[in-house]
Amino acid sequence: MNTINSISNQKLRWRVFNDKLFSIVMMTLAFISAVPLISILYQLIKKGYKQVRLSFFIEVAPDTMEAMMAKVNHEIIPGGIANGIVGTLIIVGMASLIAIPLGLTTGIYLSESSKNKMANIVRFVVDMLQGVPSIVLGVIAYIWVVKPITSGFSALAGSVALSIMMLPSIIRSTEETLKMIPPTLKEAALSLGVPYYKTVLKVLLPTGMSGISTGIILGISRIAGETAPLMLTALGSSAINLDITQPSSAIPLLVWEFYNDPNLVNLIWGASLILLLIIFLLNIVAKAISKKWKVQY
Amino acid sequence: MESTILNKTDDKIIQIESPILNIDKLSVSYGGDKYSIMDVSAGIQKNKITAIMGPSGCGKSTLLRAINRMHELYPDTHHKGSITLAGENIYKINPIELRRKIGMVFQRPNPFPTMSIYDNVIAAYKLNGIKLKKSEKDEIVERSLREVGLWDETKDALHKKGTFLSGGQQQRLCIARALAYKPEVILLDEPTSALDPIATAKIEDLLVNLKKNYTIILVTHNMGQAARISDHSMFMYLGELVEYGKTKKMFTTPKDERTEAYLTGKFG
Ligand SMILES: Nc1ncnc2c1ncn2[C@@H]1O[C@H](COP(=O)(O)OP(=O)(O)OP(=O)(O)O)[C@@H](O)[C@H]1O
Ligand SMILES: [Mg+2]
Repeated sequence: MNTINSISNQKLRWRVFNDKLFSIVMMTLAFISAVPLISILYQLIKKGYKQVRLSFFIEVAPDTMEAMMAKVNHEIIPGGIANGIVGTLIIVGMASLIAIPLGLTTGIYLSESSKNKMANIVRFVVDMLQGVPSIVLGVIAYIWVVKPITSGFSALAGSVALSIMMLPSIIRSTEETLKMIPPTLKEAALSLGVPYYKTVLKVLLPTGMSGISTGIILGISRIAGETAPLMLTALGSSAINLDITQPSSAIPLLVWEFYNDPNLVNLIWGASLILLLIIFLLNIVAKAISKKWKVQY
Repeated sequence: MESTILNKTDDKIIQIESPILNIDKLSVSYGGDKYSIMDVSAGIQKNKITAIMGPSGCGKSTLLRAINRMHELYPDTHHKGSITLAGENIYKINPIELRRKIGMVFQRPNPFPTMSIYDNVIAAYKLNGIKLKKSEKDEIVERSLREVGLWDETKDALHKKGTFLSGGQQQRLCIARALAYKPEVILLDEPTSALDPIATAKIEDLLVNLKKNYTIILVTHNMGQAARISDHSMFMYLGELVEYGKTKKMFTTPKDERTEAYLTGKFG
């Protein structure tokens, strides 16, 4: 009896030790992976906080001469990124307007026809789309929109490129969310004599709202920082532009422009900081929604 | 398919005079030429509780779900034979119309999770876009909840989510939801198998009360339940309707040896 007990005690202690070791290793690794994020944020705040004043949000980007004068006089560079903020809002907003209805319908279609051949083809295409480099989407939007429709670089072309980019995440999250809903919920609605399309719109979609909107917001946050496709489509603009058929700026485009101009280069910190904060905010909103709107079946 | 075509004498299946539902030589397949129920013929009497019993996989749910044409949701299913509701062939009625006349309650309580108790009860109206005055809605909600004995428990919480209720209350809410449209027939597929004995007893009492106004068809695994509350019982085995008769008679003197084996617990 005693020996058995002592052996198992020893084993137990060894296991407890192992458990502890394991969790320490995990915590360390988790911390290490958080280091880049923390240091990025630290860098951006340290180098950019002076720049981020009210004028940074309401004034357009300065030209290189203004910036040079400020630099010579050891002043803060004047102006801001208002043209980029407005451009990003318009381009991303319009991309969402295109992608959300399309993505939702496709997602619903896929979840409702799981074994269908056509659905499998669509699913395959969506997976491929996910892997298409964003610059290629820029090229496609250039061919589809810049040349034939707006005959020149335009915010609309940028939106088209970004909308294609966000489609896979909307489609996938819609499909996955709807598939998780117990089939008897759908049957319950149908058994009440509710037509199929109303069942989808009034029962399935509201029930999956939390997952679906999280997918949409994460899709938005993914495209908000895209630069490459916009270079071939929206191009950039030094003024605030509200006309979607005209070239437009965007925050990531500004970062790239600032980087290429030795007089403006110090503005990249503030601009990046704002971009990062917008994306953080979107992620937080997504988290909050998925928590708040979560339904129990 | 085994050759279970024993000498099936007609007196194993009782004849119902002027049935509200008449199932005639019904076979249902989920695809291909394998039929999950075969040649089922039975009349269902109005304002009675008819129980469908049998071991798992014998086709109880398949038969039940044929009655409100639920199988049509799945493209590969097909059937032979026919069912009439009050003399009318159900396959000639628009399925949406048909399902408004035949309510259904499922094994697991499934109130609509985004809706309040109130909205769950009038879901049939709400989801179908039928506009009602506030007073009409209030009246339907109260009447339906009273019918299922849930009014007193929920009248102060009507705008809470239905999913906050206990399992038994949720199931009664689902019955209320199926009643709000005043259907003629209510189909229940093992409605108490996910509930505790007390909640089960409440539902059983409720069903007995409801048969005054509705015709009830109840699939159950629980022989005791069939014995307690049903007027007529069907025993199914391997997709075949083996025996159908008055419950008391069938439980005391089963006519088919397979029914007897099932009722005495020899299989199932
Ligand atoms: N969706 C489906 N697709 C294919 N076969 C099915 C499907 N549903 C049921 N079946 C088959 O049909 C037969 C009858 O199933 P059914 O669900 O009607 O049985 P049941 O008597 O209700 O059983 P249980 O008591 O387990 O609920 C079974 O052999 C089953 O495998
Ligand atoms: Mg079943």
